[in-house]
Amino acid sequence: MGYKFNFAETDSLFCNILEKYDVYAPKRFPKQGRYSDTDITRYSQIKSINEIEFNQKTDYSAKEVLTPVNETLFYFTENEFKESSAPKKPILLFARPCDINAIEIQSKIYEENGEFSDIYYSRIKNNLKFVLMDCNGGDDTCFCTSMGSNVTDNWSIAIKQLENDYLLSIKDPEFEPYFQNCEKVDFLPNFVEQNKVSLTIKEIPNKEVLNELKHHHFWSEYDKRCISCGACTICCPTCTCFTTKDIIYSENQKVGERKRIFASCQIEGFDTMAGQKEIRNKASERMRYKILHKFHDYKERFKTKHMCVGCGRCIHRCPEAISIISTIDKMNDAIDEIINKNIQE
Amino acid sequence: MTEQNKNHMIPTACKIISIIKETDIEWTFRVESNFKAKHGQFMQLSVPKIGEAPISISEIGDNYMDFTLRAVGKVTNDIFEKQVGDYLFLRGPYGNGWPSEELKGKHLVFITGGTGLAPVRSLLNEFYDNIDRVKSITLISGFKNKESILFKEELKKWKDKFKTFYTLDNDSIEGWNCGLVTNFVKEIDFNSFDNNYAVVVVGPPVMMKFTGLELKKYNVPDENIWMSFERKMSCAIGKCGHCRIDETYVCLDGPIFPYTKAKNLVD
Ligand SMILES: Cc1cc2nc3c(=O)[nH]c(=O)nc-3n(C[C@H](O)[C@H](O)[C@H](O)COP(=O)(O)OP(=O)(O)OC[C@H]3O[C@@H](n4cnc5c(N)ncnc54)[C@H](O)[C@@H]3O)c2cc1C
Ligand code: SF4
Ligand code: SF4
Ligand code: FES
Repeated sequence: MGYKFNFAETDSLFCNILEKYDVYAPKRFPKQGRYSDTDITRYSQIKSINEIEFNQKTDYSAKEVLTPVNETLFYFTENEFKESSAPKKPILLFARPCDINAIEIQSKIYEENGEFSDIYYSRIKNNLKFVLMDCNGGDDTCFCTSMGSNVTDNWSIAIKQLENDYLLSIKDPEFEPYFQNCEKVDFLPNFVEQNKVSLTIKEIPNKEVLNELKHHHFWSEYDKRCISCGACTICCPTCTCFTTKDIIYSENQKVGERKRIFASCQIEGFDTMAGQKEIRNKASERMRYKILHKFHDYKERFKTKHMCVGCGRCIHRCPEAISIISTIDKMNDAIDEIINKNIQE
Repeated sequence: MTEQNKNHMIPTACKIISIIKETDIEWTFRVESNFKAKHGQFMQLSVPKIGEAPISISEIGDNYMDFTLRAVGKVTNDIFEKQVGDYLFLRGPYGNGWPSEELKGKHLVFITGGTGLAPVRSLLNEFYDNIDRVKSITLISGFKNKESILFKEELKKWKDKFKTFYTLDNDSIEGWNCGLVTNFVKEIDFNSFDNNYAVVVVGPPVMMKFTGLELKKYNVPDENIWMSFERKMSCAIGKCGHCRIDETYVCLDGPIFPYTKAKNLVD
C-alpha cells in the first residue's frame, strides 16, 4: 500500500517523525562547490522534507552520518576516560539504493571484522532506519547495476518526489499511523535497471595472478596523473579508514580527547611507520592498493560482493579526471594478459 | 559491561614498576597488569594527549608485563620521559601470538634482528624454564653494534641451554661473532632435525626477507617457517585499515604468519 500527499502537507505529516528522529538527507548548499558558482550537495540534518535534494546524487556520501570526518572517541582527564556520548535520538536516513548498500559494506568492516564490533559505529547503526529515495537513474558515471547495488530491501519507508507531490510506501509498521489520512495509491519503489555505463569485473583467480597484477605496467600511468590528494576516498561511500589523534584543550592542559579522523590510502604516509620508509611510496602503488581493495581484497575477506557500489562519486571528485571505470577496463585487460601468458608458458 | 558492548578503544591505566635501560634508545618498561596474554601478542600503549602505538609484549608475569621500546617518535619519546610510579595506558592484548602448541616437541631455531628479539623473549624464557617441552633450541641473534645489544643478562643465561650464535653487523667484541644473521643459517644442521622443526624469524623487513631466501637455500619447507610482521596500526581491532595487506589484516590475522602466507603478502 502507498500514500500520496502534496508538498504543502508534508511538514504537518512529518512533524511527529521529525520530533522522534534526527532526520538526515541530501541537501543542496548553494555556491559551495569546487568551482565558483557551483553548488555542493551533501548529507545534512534537515527540519523539513522540502529541504531535501531529490534529483541529484550527493557529492559526498551518507557515510558522514555514521562516521563523521572527525569524531570524538573519548574524553580524558589525568587518569580517567569518558566515552563520547551517542546521539540522543534514533536516526532516519534518506538514501538511494547505492548508499544503503554502501553502508552494509562498511558495516562488515566496522561490525564483523575481527572479534569486536566498533561501538561508535554500532551505537548509531543500531538506531538507524532508512528512507529509500527513488533514484532517477543517476548520471553518466553511475554503474550500480554492474555492482548489484541498484536494489535493496533494507528500508522502512520508500519515497518518490513528483512535480508537486510525494509518493510513499511503508514497510515498517511503526510509520503507518502518521499517514493514515493520506490519499491511498499503489506505489512500490522502482529500481534502476540499466545505467549508461555497464562493466564486468574480471575475477582474479589466484594469488599468483594477483601478485603479478600488482606489478603490471599499466598502473604506472597513475604516477603521472594521480596527485595523491585522497579526494576519491573521502567521497567514497564504502571507504572506512581512519587515524586516531589526541588533542589537548588549550585552556586546560590536563584535559583533552582522542578523536578519529578520516584517513586515505591515497595520501602519502598512510602506511609509514616510525623510522622506516613508506611502503607504497608512489601514486601508482597507492592506486593499485585502493582498486584491488575495492575489486578483490574485500570480497576475498568477507566472501560477499565487491566493495564498490558504482556510485561514480570518485570520478566527479577527482581533480585529474581519473575515472574508475577506465581503470577497471585497464585492469580487466591486464588480468586477461597475465592469465593468457601463464597458459602459454 | 558485557564483552559485546565494551568500549575496546578505551585503555586502562597501569603503573610502571621498573625501567631497564637496555641501550640508549631502547628501554624495557615493566608495568603492573592483569591482562591475560599469549607470547607474541602486542598491546596498544598510549599516553593521553600524545597518542597510541602498538608494542609487543616482551615478557609476561603473573602481575606484570614488559615492553621494550625504541624511542622513535611522538608516543615512544614521551614514554621515555616517564618514571617508575607513573602510568602507561594499555588496551589489548591483540594479534594471534606465537603458535606455542605447534612449536612444542620440536627442534626450534630462532633468528632475530635487533629489537626483533623483544617479541620472542617471553617465549624463549618459557622454553628456557621448561626445556623438556622442546627437542632443542638454536638462537641466532644479531644486533647492529655493541651499543645496540638488548637483554644482555638473558643472552648470557640462554647460552646454558640453547645453542647460540650472537653476532654484530659491523663491530667485533669478545664472545661475539661479526656479520649478518643470514651468515649463520649455514651453521644449522637441518637434516639432523628429522623434519620435526620450526624456524622463527623476527626483525626488520629486509632482514626477514633475506633470511627467508637463505632458509630456502637449505630447503627448509615454507610450513616450517614463522615470521612476525610490523605495519602501521591505528586501531589494532580491524577497523582503521592501516595494517591491511590484500585480504589480510596484520592486527587481526597476524602479526605472526607462517611463511606459506607471509611470502604472498605483498603490500
Ligand atoms: C605488532 C607491532 C609490534 C611492535 N612492537 C614494538 C616493540 O616491541 N618495540 C618498539 O619499540 N616498537 C614496536 N613496534 C613499532 C612501534 O609501534 C612504532 O615504533 C611506534 O608506533 C612509533 O610511534 P611514535 O608515536 O613514537 O612515532 P610517530 O611519531 O608516530 O612516528 C615517528 C616517525 O614516523 C614517521 N611517520 C609517522 N606517521 C607518519 C605520517 N602520517 N606521515 C609521514 N611520516 C610519518 C615519521 O617519520 C615520524 O617522525 C611495533 C609495531 C607493531 C605493528
Ligand atoms: S564508484 Fe568510486 S566512490 Fe563510488 S563506491 Fe565505487 S570506488 Fe567508491
Ligand atoms: S581524487 Fe584523483 S588525483 Fe586525487 S587521489 Fe583520487 S585518483 Fe588520485
Ligand atoms: S590496525 Fe586498524 S585495521 Fe589493523
